Amino acid sequence: MNDRVVLDGKATQRTLRRLASQLVESLDDGARLALVGVRRGGVPLAEKLADLVAEETGRRPDVGAIDITLYRDDLYTGLEKPSFGATELPFELDGACVVLVDDVLFTGRTVIAALGVLRDYGRPRWVKLLVLIDRGWRELPVQAEFIGRTIETRREDRVLVEPEATAGQGKVTVRPGSAR
Amino acid sequence: MSGDEYFRRKDLLGLRFLSTGEITHILDVAEQFRGLNLRTIKKVPTLRGKSVVHLFLEPSTRTRTSFDIAAKRLSADTFSISGSGSSTSKGETLVDTAKNLAAMHPDIIVVRHRRAGGALMLSKELPDTCIINAGDGACEHPTQGLLDLLTVRRALGGFRGRVVTIVGDITHSRVARSNIWGLLKVGARVRVCGPPTLIPPGLVEHGVEVHHDLKEAIDGADVVMALRIQQERIPRGGHFFPTLREYSRLYGLNRDKLKNWARKDVVIMHPGPVNRGVELEPEVIDGEWSVILDQVENGVAVRMACMYLVLGGERAAAQEGRG
Repeated sequence: MNDRVVLDGKATQRTLRRLASQLVESLDDGARLALVGVRRGGVPLAEKLADLVAEETGRRPDVGAIDITLYRDDLYTGLEKPSFGATELPFELDGACVVLVDDVLFTGRTVIAALGVLRDYGRPRWVKLLVLIDRGWRELPVQAEFIGRTIETRREDRVLVEPEATAGQGKVTVRPGSAR
Repeated sequence: MSGDEYFRRKDLLGLRFLSTGEITHILDVAEQFRGLNLRTIKKVPTLRGKSVVHLFLEPSTRTRTSFDIAAKRLSADTFSISGSGSSTSKGETLVDTAKNLAAMHPDIIVVRHRRAGGALMLSKELPDTCIINAGDGACEHPTQGLLDLLTVRRALGGFRGRVVTIVGDITHSRVARSNIWGLLKVGARVRVCGPPTLIPPGLVEHGVEVHHDLKEAIDGADVVMALRIQQERIPRGGHFFPTLREYSRLYGLNRDKLKNWARKDVVIMHPGPVNRGVELEPEVIDGEWSVILDQVENGVAVRMACMYLVLGGERAAAQEGRG
């Protein structure tokens, strides 16, 4: 079977604009928004969304990045390279309205780990979740507040998000995997 | 054996056995852990539910504390056994002690032993437990070597072509051995300096420059690492130098010697504990050249990296069917 394109460049761009509008709409007056990307796919996405929010409101939200490696529930089985990146939250986390940003929502384990990281850094006013793709197959009770596209996949498929997709040029494809 | 690029071993026994890639990998991971040690909440859940046994059959304060802090910041449970007050003082052998410990299923044993090869022997006896060498006789002290490398790298930005001079009792020093192996592998130039009685044979063959004159040894050096005179390792009745005062006059570092002989930006290191006024004068220990406290700070990060990697490495290997 061949790769299946679920979002092309144009569609990605439209989707991101819609997500940014939804974000802005959901905010109370005076809410201090912070977009926190989950390494690595969520970080460029958070940056791009911050730009789009700035276009709409004239004010760019704070942007951060978190690495969940040390908070995984499986040490790093399954990771190709036993290393990790830095968590950078260069703003006052206490009281911030945090939107966690990731490219693909799958088992939900990453999100739970990410919440663990945030808890160790401070106490946001609230935390919501934004994902570009929800591909199903949750293993923990996690749902996203903002979803770019919900797609049907098989457990063994891989969802590939080209890095440029977040800049509105690349595409998102599903690569069928072989069932084990 | 493990691949060259990343550290994936079950044990950390010595820098002698590691590739350049493995050493660099540990340093890179340690660098990330440094950031963690500056956070308000310094603890991560990574090793939750794992047990670490500190088996220190030789005295140690800072190394054991450093390992203990590292393990606790990774959320591991730690248990401490020292030489006096344990069954080893009742004549139990290292292997018997270790087997009994292993029957309680710890995940990591951090071991310090007075004999070279103590950690290696444990790793062979206990194939299911990760062993980290915290000093085996005069052989190696790999986490000290790694924290020194991290300190050098942070101070100089890199290793290639840089000159590191190690001054003092090289013969009885496991710190010197780990540093020599590590520094040569990452591309630094190593000089050693001390009285001929305290320099072991065979160093030149490994590419180490041997000096007996301090002025020559520190001329142009980027880093000078002073070692402690280890009275406890010198056999009773052994005479390696006439008096401490003479040693200090010839090989101790003070402000004047540094000002006159060394580079202006020379970096001074010491693995501790320092004999103030013997190998280093107080004005040097507390002076602008010294990164001695950076070494201690980097020690926690390096030990976190080592514990994280030995446990992960084992599991990663098992996953690939190699463990």
